[in-house]
Amino acid sequence: MDDLRVVTRDIDTHATKISAKNVQVYYGETHAIKDVNVEIKEHTVTAFIGPSGCGKSTFLRSINRMNDTIDICRVEGDILIDGQDIYDRNIDPVQLRARVGMVFQKPNPFPKSIYDNVAYGPKIHGLARTKAELDEIVEKSLRRGAIWDEVKDRLHAPGTGLSGGQQQRLCIARAVATEPDVLLMDEPCSALDPIATAQVEELIDQLRESYTVVIVTHSMQQAARVSQKTAFFHLGSLVEYGNTDEIFTNPKDSRTESYISGRIG
Amino acid sequence: MTTLAFAILLAACMVAYALNRRAATGLRDGGQRLHSVSGYHGLFALLMILVPVLVVILLWLVLQGAVVNRLVMSSLPEGTLDGLGKGQVDLILAEIQSIAGGRVFGEPEVWKIAAAERFSGLLQSAALGLVLVTALLSLAIMFFARSKVSAEFRARQGAERIISGLMIFCSVIAIFTTVGIVASLAFETVKFLKLVPLTDFLFGTSWEPQIPIRADQVAAEGAFGWLPVIVGTIVITIVAIVIAIPIGLLSAIYLNEFAPKPVRSVCKPILEVLAGVPTVVYGFFAILVVAPAIRSLGAAWGIDVAPNTALAAGGVMGIMLVPFISSFADDALSAVPRALRDGALALGATRAETVMNVLFPAAIPGIVGGVLLAVSRAIGETMIVVMAAGLMANLTLNPLESVTTVTVQIVTLLIGDTSFDNPKTLAAFALGMMLFIVTLIINIFALRIVRKYREAYD
Repeated sequence: MDDLRVVTRDIDTHATKISAKNVQVYYGETHAIKDVNVEIKEHTVTAFIGPSGCGKSTFLRSINRMNDTIDICRVEGDILIDGQDIYDRNIDPVQLRARVGMVFQKPNPFPKSIYDNVAYGPKIHGLARTKAELDEIVEKSLRRGAIWDEVKDRLHAPGTGLSGGQQQRLCIARAVATEPDVLLMDEPCSALDPIATAQVEELIDQLRESYTVVIVTHSMQQAARVSQKTAFFHLGSLVEYGNTDEIFTNPKDSRTESYISGRIG
Repeated sequence: MTTLAFAILLAACMVAYALNRRAATGLRDGGQRLHSVSGYHGLFALLMILVPVLVVILLWLVLQGAVVNRLVMSSLPEGTLDGLGKGQVDLILAEIQSIAGGRVFGEPEVWKIAAAERFSGLLQSAALGLVLVTALLSLAIMFFARSKVSAEFRARQGAERIISGLMIFCSVIAIFTTVGIVASLAFETVKFLKLVPLTDFLFGTSWEPQIPIRADQVAAEGAFGWLPVIVGTIVITIVAIVIAIPIGLLSAIYLNEFAPKPVRSVCKPILEVLAGVPTVVYGFFAILVVAPAIRSLGAAWGIDVAPNTALAAGGVMGIMLVPFISSFADDALSAVPRALRDGALALGATRAETVMNVLFPAAIPGIVGGVLLAVSRAIGETMIVVMAAGLMANLTLNPLESVTTVTVQIVTLLIGDTSFDNPKTLAAFALGMMLFIVTLIINIFALRIVRKYREAYD
């Protein structure tokens, strides 16, 4: 893999945003995540890589309790955000998800206008008191999503009418509109063409300033391009976690080395 | 003999299939590159025989009776039918046919017996002719189809063309049936409108169709204003829909989104059983349970309630419609992609917000379809209304009074002694026509709604 361009990006902070301790996830009888311990830094892009079915998406979905929507799914262990256990009884998953935004693999804009797509989150959480405030939030979010210039003249056109890459950036704008601290991205570029992918990757790097970003990706090049920290999952276990440049240039575990050089996967 | 004709057709089809297939396989084995796979050569021969010969047989069977009858009647001795009306001529023909069938009553005239013999002779030769024509035609086409087999012959396109022709024919049948139904209704409606002016029918506020059929009967003058009847229909339909839509939709939403699996697996089949209950049974429920309950409730509040009410009939009909709406809505909600649901939940929307703001709009076309079906059922429903709402045509919007509906009136008009030159009978067709027009308008309206949402959401 000579084409891996590892961009060394400085980590601005050393504060821990998300911390997972002995996390186990079960789907019915299947033990999908085994004993994962990880500390995710604030204002950092952390990439989860690993072969298909290794549990990286499952782990991502336990960070905003999206796994709660699957009946047979069970999570054990502690996941703390800002030191608070998100599986605590007092935590309302609805409020948690407003703080921990998520972008999915396939762009999933609502069958509403572009404006309503972005305004939906702020509306249900009461973030805007007036129409003007809402307009402002929508514009700010669309600018954050790097799509404002493309859609500003047709805010009331249906969001589903945009191209795939635009839809995905719209979904990112929608996610940031609720002003989350953490942004989870589940293979956000897998349905996009190279140009749209480059745009979204550029965007992810900008988002790092305001959010803690966790991205699941199948593309090791992508992980190398956008992330500062990389976690390698294999068969439900977290094999190796460290600075991205170290993982890609000098992996400590032989499984990581095999995956990165294309021998397992 | 007819069975024999069909057997010949079947055999010819199979033989032709096998022949052509083998010929094509032979060509291929001989090293030629065929345009079509050998199976298509066989299929082409099969269809080439099946379609035209089947058409010929069916036409033959349809026309045979009329032709034979005409031949027999025209060969009767000169002057036998002179001065007889159409009915009497038909009677003589029927007599000849029954003699030919071996049922002889009394001592028939000699010419009738001769005609009967000629009749059976003609029938026999017709049957023989059918078999012969079938066999010859099948054989001829079989040879024609066999001669077509060659490497370049496009058997696949040929077979596909015949099949697509068949499909066009089948879809045209539905259209022509509709046209036929409308035409038959329109024909009788025009006859009705010759007897009763259109303005009286459309704007009259009194419906009293019980007019004398014979001159010696004593009955009312008769009035044919359809307003009380259609207003009754509308009142009952609205009552039914007002009850069915919220219950149906909310139960669908509960079962689809909130119900734990065990609840859903018990409730859904029960709900579907409701859809299978015969409407007569609903009628009993309405008349024995609901109507008295409404009456005593009304009495308790000091409201005067008729024993038969639109509310009882419409209410029970609403319960009947719940499974329609809920199963349509359930399907529509289930069809909304999981990604949309996840998207809303991931934004921190509650389940209820997700349903109301995201799933529901996306499911609107399917839900409108279910509601539309329910409205059509409500308008067309007869039995519950006959039993629970009564037969009296009152022009009222009050659901606590007895009303009647279009379908109920059609039934009451057509039972008992009827003659087809009487406005009472013809009024049924006029009502049917109006019902058809009303449901058509509702359909068009609903289709527009569905299309509007489709455009916005796809």
